[in-house]
Amino acid sequence: MIQPAQPDLVTVYIDGKEIAVPKGTNVIEAAKMVGTDVPHYCYHEKLSVAGNCRMCLIELGMPMADRATREPIMDPETGKQKINWIPRPQIGCGTTVVPGMHVKTQSKMVKECREGVMEFLLINHPLDCPICDQAGECKLQEQATGYGRGYSRFIEQKNVKPKRTQLGPRVTLDDERCVLCSRCIRFSQEVAKDDVLGFVDRGSYSTLTCYPGKELSNNYSLNTVDICPVGALTSTDFRFKMRVWFLKQTDSIDTESSVGANTVVWSREGEIYRITPRQNDEVNDTWMADSGRVLYKEVQADNRLKPSSELATSVSAAASLLDDGNVAIVGSGRSSVEEQFLTAKLAKKIGAASYVVGRHGEGDGILISADRNPNTRGALVTGLISELPTTELSQLAADIDAGKVTTLLSVGEDLTAAGLSDEQLAKVNLVYVGSHSNATSAAATVIIPTLTVFEKSGTFINQQFRIQKFKSAVPGLKGAADDRVVLASLLEKLGDEAKGSDLASVWAEIAETVPALSGISYANVPKSGLLIDGSAWSGLDFPEGESLHFKPATAEASA
Amino acid sequence: MSFKTVERKPLTLAERTYVPQILNGLSHTFKKMVKPNETLEYPEARPPIPEGYRGVPTLVKDPNGREKCVSCQLCEFVCPPKAIRIKPGEISADADTAHVEKAPQEFDIDMLRCIYCGLCQEVCPEEAIWLQNVFSVSGYTREELVNDKERLYELGGTLPDEHFKWDKKKAAEEAGNGAH
Repeated sequence: MIQPAQPDLVTVYIDGKEIAVPKGTNVIEAAKMVGTDVPHYCYHEKLSVAGNCRMCLIELGMPMADRATREPIMDPETGKQKINWIPRPQIGCGTTVVPGMHVKTQSKMVKECREGVMEFLLINHPLDCPICDQAGECKLQEQATGYGRGYSRFIEQKNVKPKRTQLGPRVTLDDERCVLCSRCIRFSQEVAKDDVLGFVDRGSYSTLTCYPGKELSNNYSLNTVDICPVGALTSTDFRFKMRVWFLKQTDSIDTESSVGANTVVWSREGEIYRITPRQNDEVNDTWMADSGRVLYKEVQADNRLKPSSELATSVSAAASLLDDGNVAIVGSGRSSVEEQFLTAKLAKKIGAASYVVGRHGEGDGILISADRNPNTRGALVTGLISELPTTELSQLAADIDAGKVTTLLSVGEDLTAAGLSDEQLAKVNLVYVGSHSNATSAAATVIIPTLTVFEKSGTFINQQFRIQKFKSAVPGLKGAADDRVVLASLLEKLGDEAKGSDLASVWAEIAETVPALSGISYANVPKSGLLIDGSAWSGLDFPEGESLHFKPATAEASA
Repeated sequence: MSFKTVERKPLTLAERTYVPQILNGLSHTFKKMVKPNETLEYPEARPPIPEGYRGVPTLVKDPNGREKCVSCQLCEFVCPPKAIRIKPGEISADADTAHVEKAPQEFDIDMLRCIYCGLCQEVCPEEAIWLQNVFSVSGYTREELVNDKERLYELGGTLPDEHFKWDKKKAAEEAGNGAH
């Protein structure tokens, strides 16, 4: 037996290829490491192993040794140790690797097993592909191409099960399509901690249902739709809207809290159809909250601000107002790092006090934190603020009342929601740079319509001080300008040296002037984000509690 | 360089009168006058359309009058000139065909783009789109040459169905699992 190179690595042979994998890895994951795909339905890398779909059957063998003496038995033909193959196939997901294990994933027996399992799964599976939302991303469709027989030997009538069950407010279940993999049940138990799903009845009558009197209504219910390998669980919002093969995928970040769950935005011809999670094992695994999936609706919301004049005209109008000396700037924890950097630069240029509005809610301990701004740490890092933001801008209100502030710039923040009264807003010259109308835009002297997070590119810094990129998924509203461009042109109008408003030039400036972000450029932030040094702010009392892959600094220190 | 001198024979007397040639020509003329026409007087007369002809794509209904299209959008996907546009929709739960669940809300084929390749018909899993025998399309505006859903069904009519897949499904649903 070959000794592993490192104590926590185990050497196994997959289809004759030698590979050292960490202890405790199962055969599916080990095969993935050598680039071999073992088809499976019920196995999910972030859930416990159920082993009930039987699709991942493989052949397993161990080097042969004499039972009495433990002497290896050699094969005189090859001069190598003989392999003792187990005569029956084993499941790959439930088999943990042991040193010297041999695995066959492409043998005749394995292929026949897969074909057998596929035939059984397809016996009662309806011919719904033309009307099924999963078509195009369906594991059953994919494996049927590889291991299906192309026609059915089953001439009897297929099972009938409920077709349109509302499991919850956001999830519709088609029981006929279910292959009983139990991923959704395990997800509800293990990740969402809301154990409402289960199987009832036996054999081919087995049906997925909710516990009587309950519904799948937790804020993570749509993850069951994502992990469903077939089209049994479908999103009520996305149902029958568009086939997935038309949709373009763009990497983005969930903006609803400082967790910064990684997402994929699915769009076609400038219209967004759905948002799904993107795997990032350091942040959100493969999950995201339901509340973050409907945020795309803000792009086509009725209260979108539409441009009424040329950008240059409104920028010069705003610049002349901001030139008066008694200015305060309310930046946003929802702005990207680049925008916050430019806002901070603008505040410094005109000597204005800068604020950020804090947003707090209750954290759910999974993927929504107490800080509902996606980029509070960005505001700290770029120097827009030095203290944690508060929900009420009482200092600013006092300054307005005292007449110290006569001009106010709000970057997308509704100031009435932040505690300023209509009278106070009426006292100042208000410049509003934002995407949607609200009480503040109604009171504003100059309005510059800008883009939503789905229409622009940038970065956010999440609660772990991980800087993560989001990219523009759809073209911006006609005439509305990118916040970054607006802020850069305001700076230029106010006499700053023109340095360009594109991401590369803003980042060149950021890397030069912001110590925590030196050496970083937009291009070199990897897909999974980049941890930056946040120790300078460790003294602050951040509101976040513990969540998936995150422990607050205070909890870490006491632990 | 070498030349070959061709000897020209002088015309005979009969040839010089041109009479045999005229008679020969006239005999052809009279033969054709009594023979049936080989050309077609289009547009008054229309040519016979052979089976499998690829004319204007249309949508068809099954013999029970159910619209066959379920808006799977495969034709939209496969269409090389991107002539097809579909907006999928859901069939309401109280409709007769509720078990089909999905039907197009809008279905447009732009005949200015269509190249009559027949891929849509080939790809259709429901046999709902057929290139039938209309071959001459004209209009005064671009808009009028975009066939919408209503026009497509008007052009398509009803075609015989061998499968009745959805009717069988409904029957199975009504019989329930007790039928096993």
